Amino acid sequence: MITSIRGRNLLTLDGLSPEALLEVLDTAELFVEVNQRTIKKVPALKGRVVASLFFEESTRTRLSFETAAKRLSADVLSLAVASSSVKKGESLRDTIATIDALGIDAVVMRHQSSGAAHQVGGYVPHVRVINAGDGLHQHPTQGLLDAFTVRQVLAERAHARGSETGRELFAGLHVLIVGDIRHSRVARSDVAAYSALGAEVRVAAPGTLLPSSLEDWPVGVVSDFDEALDWADVVGVLRLQHERGTGAFVPSLREFTQTYGLTMERARRLRPTTIIMHPGPMNRGVEIDSAVADLPAAVIERQVSNGVPIRMAALYLSVTGSPEEAK
Amino acid sequence: MAHEVVERVRDTDALVVLGLQTGGVPFAEVLADALEEISAHRVVRGSLDVSFYRDDVAQRPFVASSASHVPVDLSERLVLLVDDVLFTGRTIRSALNALGDFGRPRAVQLAVMVDRGHRELPIRPDYVGKNLPTSLSEEIVATLEGVWIGTRGEG
Repeated sequence: MITSIRGRNLLTLDGLSPEALLEVLDTAELFVEVNQRTIKKVPALKGRVVASLFFEESTRTRLSFETAAKRLSADVLSLAVASSSVKKGESLRDTIATIDALGIDAVVMRHQSSGAAHQVGGYVPHVRVINAGDGLHQHPTQGLLDAFTVRQVLAERAHARGSETGRELFAGLHVLIVGDIRHSRVARSDVAAYSALGAEVRVAAPGTLLPSSLEDWPVGVVSDFDEALDWADVVGVLRLQHERGTGAFVPSLREFTQTYGLTMERARRLRPTTIIMHPGPMNRGVEIDSAVADLPAAVIERQVSNGVPIRMAALYLSVTGSPEEAK
Repeated sequence: MAHEVVERVRDTDALVVLGLQTGGVPFAEVLADALEEISAHRVVRGSLDVSFYRDDVAQRPFVASSASHVPVDLSERLVLLVDDVLFTGRTIRSALNALGDFGRPRAVQLAVMVDRGHRELPIRPDYVGKNLPTSLSEEIVATLEGVWIGTRGEG
């Protein structure tokens, strides 16, 4: 068990202790306050250089990581992969070596291959690596910001500050994750975060969209999405990932929507307190009805806003901390 | 100390009392209460977290403290920073930098409960509860109940 991400790479949420997760959540809460100021900037990472390498397209993750780094006063080197030497066939190793030669303190990386961030960590051990999504493996900051958003909403209802509640609000919380589990790194990070913090996680998906093995996964499988609606305190809807060939796993999009889409009709059957989440980008009308995404119970925009403080916390702890500090 | 502040400040309308997270916050509350009593009008109070402004983040364990709460724009206000123990002066330097992000105060003053010496920066307090000469190996803890001196490394 890793008890703190200070001074460490953030590659996966698997194996992080509840304390390590809470440390990030609590630190992010401090950064929420910074983001509400007129001058949204602190000098915590002044003079440090953060490289942002996105080998796969992204809007919110990339923008929010870069915003986070800038609000910590770090310099950001942003590699536009499409117009870089990667297109000439430069290997990942050489690309990293080149960027490292310019002098960097951290790399934020998204890659289409699972394990790519881990590999980069091996190439440049003196640089902190933050995984911003690797293939079908993990998307740690998404898992953290989802847990953060849930705690924030629940703490507001209880008129408390999130950090005061620790992991209390997660105890026995029913989280239902629905959709393309098989191809989802978000699902893997979400499951790790929620279950470590004490929530009970179930997944709902057509058999073809479940991972081939669920054995060492702390989740229950729901065979009928409709029956689980009433059980859920949180419904996390996942995107159907066309770019990973999801099309071949479902008979038709319409049928998927009818059986596993969060339609307006299903949303009405949720309890009024149930939180609806989606990591974005949404396929409105496929996994979630357009009108559902705009319901007050949907916290999708809040998830995006929380991306910045969570990523500030991850960068801050990982880059400035040293592992010895961890208790 | 509150009397001293009122005497020197006069214009308590412009006063904002900010406790430094976390040690200074309870003292700031008590001081602000006393100031309200003497001046007979409300004193704006808040707290300031300086963790992200420190120049020694790498050398010093990160203290997860509470967020800043600055209720007003500090421009043209008179800010009274309150901390428990004044030591190297680095926390105060960080606080001065942090203040800049909340506006441009007309003036900033510093009140500390204990001044233990060993300054590393040209910073001096305006109001001191107690001057307490110490050695570097000692650790000072000041709370509303009292002051403790211990040797570093002990509980």
